[in-house]
Formats: sequence, structure tokens, C-alpha cells
Amino acid sequence: MSIRGKAAIVGFYEIPTQKEYPDRTTFGVMAEVARGAIADAGLRKEDIDGLINGEGVNSITVAEALGIEPKYTASMTTHGSSGATAIATAAAVISAGLANYILCVFGEARPRSSSRMVGQAQARGNLPPASRATELELPYGPVIAMNGWYGLIKQRHMFEYGTTQEQFAKMVVDQRFNAADNENAVWYNQPVTQEDVLNSRFTNDPLHLLESVMPCSGAHAVIVASADRAKSLPNDPAYILGAGGPATSHDVIWQRDDITTTPVVHSAPTAMNMAEVNMNDVDLAQFYDCYTILAMACLEDAGLTKKGDIGPFYESTDTTYKGEFPINTDGGQIGAGQTGGVGGGFRHVVEGTRQVMGRGGIRQASKADICLVNG
Amino acid sequence: MTNGNANVAIKPEPRPEVPDLSMPFWDAARDHKLIIPRCRPCNRFFWYPREACPNCLESDSWEWQEVSGNARLHTFTIVYQPQHPAFQEDVPYVFAIVQLDEGVRLMSNVVDLDIPEDVEIDMRLRVKFDDVSEDWTLVKFAPA
Repeated sequence: MSIRGKAAIVGFYEIPTQKEYPDRTTFGVMAEVARGAIADAGLRKEDIDGLINGEGVNSITVAEALGIEPKYTASMTTHGSSGATAIATAAAVISAGLANYILCVFGEARPRSSSRMVGQAQARGNLPPASRATELELPYGPVIAMNGWYGLIKQRHMFEYGTTQEQFAKMVVDQRFNAADNENAVWYNQPVTQEDVLNSRFTNDPLHLLESVMPCSGAHAVIVASADRAKSLPNDPAYILGAGGPATSHDVIWQRDDITTTPVVHSAPTAMNMAEVNMNDVDLAQFYDCYTILAMACLEDAGLTKKGDIGPFYESTDTTYKGEFPINTDGGQIGAGQTGGVGGGFRHVVEGTRQVMGRGGIRQASKADICLVNG
Repeated sequence: MTNGNANVAIKPEPRPEVPDLSMPFWDAARDHKLIIPRCRPCNRFFWYPREACPNCLESDSWEWQEVSGNARLHTFTIVYQPQHPAFQEDVPYVFAIVQLDEGVRLMSNVVDLDIPEDVEIDMRLRVKFDDVSEDWTLVKFAPA
């Protein structure tokens, strides 16, 4: 038994991603996008009987805040992959008959906060709980945010495969081109050149500032329904054809044997076998991109290129929404911003839905029947 | 970040999640000895210390063993913007994954070399103990 074609995304909504939402709350922005997605799906709030949200906020608290009586609720706790995992979970739950219409909602209205403020709080003596990191990483001076880990992976990828700084920069240029045409993007109307990327400062060599996401406030929601119910709703459904779980063996990067290979080597074949498609059938991709190196390594592991060949692929391929293989057509997180509350990966779900439904507007890819999403 | 904050910032000392498991490592480091858990049944080293060996899941079946201190640089990044403001005074410095010849990898710093020109993946390293306070010695590495 699989979930192939048994459920579909029937509506979506998002609000513009911004650095901050002054005077707004996380529950407030969640309510706004929930209302928008329910309306977009042609449903009423009373129809919603399932709820899935991200890390950090208990799903029962969300249900209470939104006034929803769910038959099924869950908070996804797989870090960045929580957004796409929410969709796989919703499809499985609906296939099993536990709920009919599941609201998946991710978002955060963050106060001014960043890893730097965390660092400053630590310097004042407000120490985080003891952990593997406080024992084995913090004393050695890790880099701000997750930049250190991804700098370590990028360095190794450049060493093993000869990937160049120019190739990484090209990915940023393509995504910022897409973001420039996305009014919901934090970098709306602000394209960059390869020189801009290469001249941006190193937070840590070899990682440039413009290869990193900006942590943002944002909110996104979709409604998942059974394929049968989807047929009677107003939107063209985006059917969920297959999914592969966020299997990973490590929580910290130095515990992984092969740091340039991602869990997508397992999840992508699982999803594509279930969907009965191969990479040649895929029209476009929305791939988790907290940093250039992560999206590029994941695209390799999904089979878009041979391992190690993603650099030359970007160099020779237009991956904008106008190009021959569009990637992160809303700008991705690097172009559109990383929504807090692990909402960064949910952006890819929403844009994949938008493209498959043919509602991409100016950014609509010429062919968008099959979209591969790595949330 | 302001200079004022950087001036009052103190570098964090190691804070173990499970001191009973890991304090022997830090006590040995203070004596300038590098010890690593090794499982008796499967004979493999592992890092970090935990109740059960991650290779064979035998519990309480491992012992601390002194290792050579020889290593190679698996990968590195040169830090310009540290997470914790106290490290600002050291930039640029090398934050690295180091692989001991015994096979395990740990996070550390590579010191005593010109940055960036002398840092290279796979370079040979040798343990170098850094007595950061009376109580704590960090396990760092330098070119062999």
C-alpha cells in the first residue's frame, strides 16, 4: 500500500516574508494564512479536522488558538525537513481515514532575534542547557547560525569534486532572479550578480554571506484532502504522488561519515519509485536551500546529476523560472527568506503547489506537471 | 555586536550534558593525555562517549583508551563571524573536523599555522593541548 495519488493539496496561502513583523504574533500570522488557505480551497473552517504544524509550537496550542477541533494533530520535529514531512504525513493520515481536510500551517512572527543575540545572551551568562554542543563545539568557537557546518561541507565538496565559488554563486544569481519577480520574497526586486555574491563577505571561508539564508518572519499554509474530495473543490488539485521520509543518522555534522552526501540519497528514490516517475519526468524542483551547498548536494543525491557534477550543471543551465530546468522558482529561501518556526522548508511545498496548479503568474514555468520537492 | 559586549564576553568552557560519562576525557586532557572510548566486544573506537557503543549497542562495555594524538584534517572553515562574541578577538581562526588515526572525528581548532595559506584538507596533524583555565584544557591540533 502506498499514498500514491490518494491525497492532494487543494489550497494554499502565504503572506510576504519579511525580516520582522513588528507588532504581530506567531499565532496571529498563523491565523491569517490558515484563513487564507481554507478560503482558497473553497472550504469553511468547520471542515478542517486535522492540523499539522512545525517545531516549537505544540499543535494542540495551535488548535486552540485557531479554534479548530482536530481529529488528528501533530507537530513535525525533523528540523528543516518538517515542511515537506508535514505533507507526507498528511497524505498518509488521510489515506488511513483519520481525517478529511488537514490544515498544514508553518510560520513565525519573530522578535528581533538571531544567533548573534544568542551569543550575546550567552556572553551575559544566560547559558543554554548543557548539550553535546555546549560540551564539544562551543568551546572551539563555532560560526554564527549554522554557517560553520555548511562551510565545512562546502569546503569538502570543493576538495572532493572541484566545485568552484563561481558555480555556487550562479545558483544564488538564478534564485535571486526568481525572487526579484516574487512580491512575497524578502529580496523582491533585488537581483544580484555573480560578482555581488563573490564580493560579499565571508562569514566563514569558503561561505559567502549571500549564500546563506536570512532568518525571517513569515507564514504559509496549505490544505490537504483526499483525491476524491479534491475533485469537487474549486482548484486544480496538486496530487501527492510519492514521498520519502527524512531519514538521517545524525544531529551534528561531525557524526556523519560522508558529509557531502545527504539523506536525499534515500528519500528521493523512495518518493520517485512510489510516484512511478524518474528524474527525466521531473519538470522542476523546489529544494531546501538554507545554504547553496545543501541544495546543490541534495540535488545531486536526488539524481539530477552524477555525484559531484552539480557545479558544472549550474554553470551551464538556466535554473530560473524561464530556464530549461527551473529550481526554487519563488527564489527559494536564499531569495525569498527563511521563515522561522521551521517554515523555511514549507516555502518549497507552497511554491511547488503553486506551479503544479498553474498559478505561478509571471513566474509560471512553461511545464510544471511533475515537481520534486525537498522541504 | 559592540566592542563593549566583546570586552565583557568570556569564552564558554565545556559544559558536559552527562558529566559522569565525559569527565574522564576532560580530566585526561588536563593531564595532556588524549583518551577515547573503545568498545571491548567490537573493539572499535567511537566518539562521543555514550552508554551504549553505537556500533554494536553493547552497554557499559567500553573503556577509555589513550590514543596516538595523530590525525588528519577532514575539513575546515575559517571563521570571521563567530557565534559567541568572545571569539571575535581570535578571528580569523580555523574551526575544523579532525579525524584521529584511530578513526573517530571530533570538532576542534587547528592552530599554529598561517591562515588561510597553510590550511589544507588532509594535512597531517598532531594533538596540541590548550590549558584555557585551571580547570579546563581544550584538545586542539597543530600541523604535524
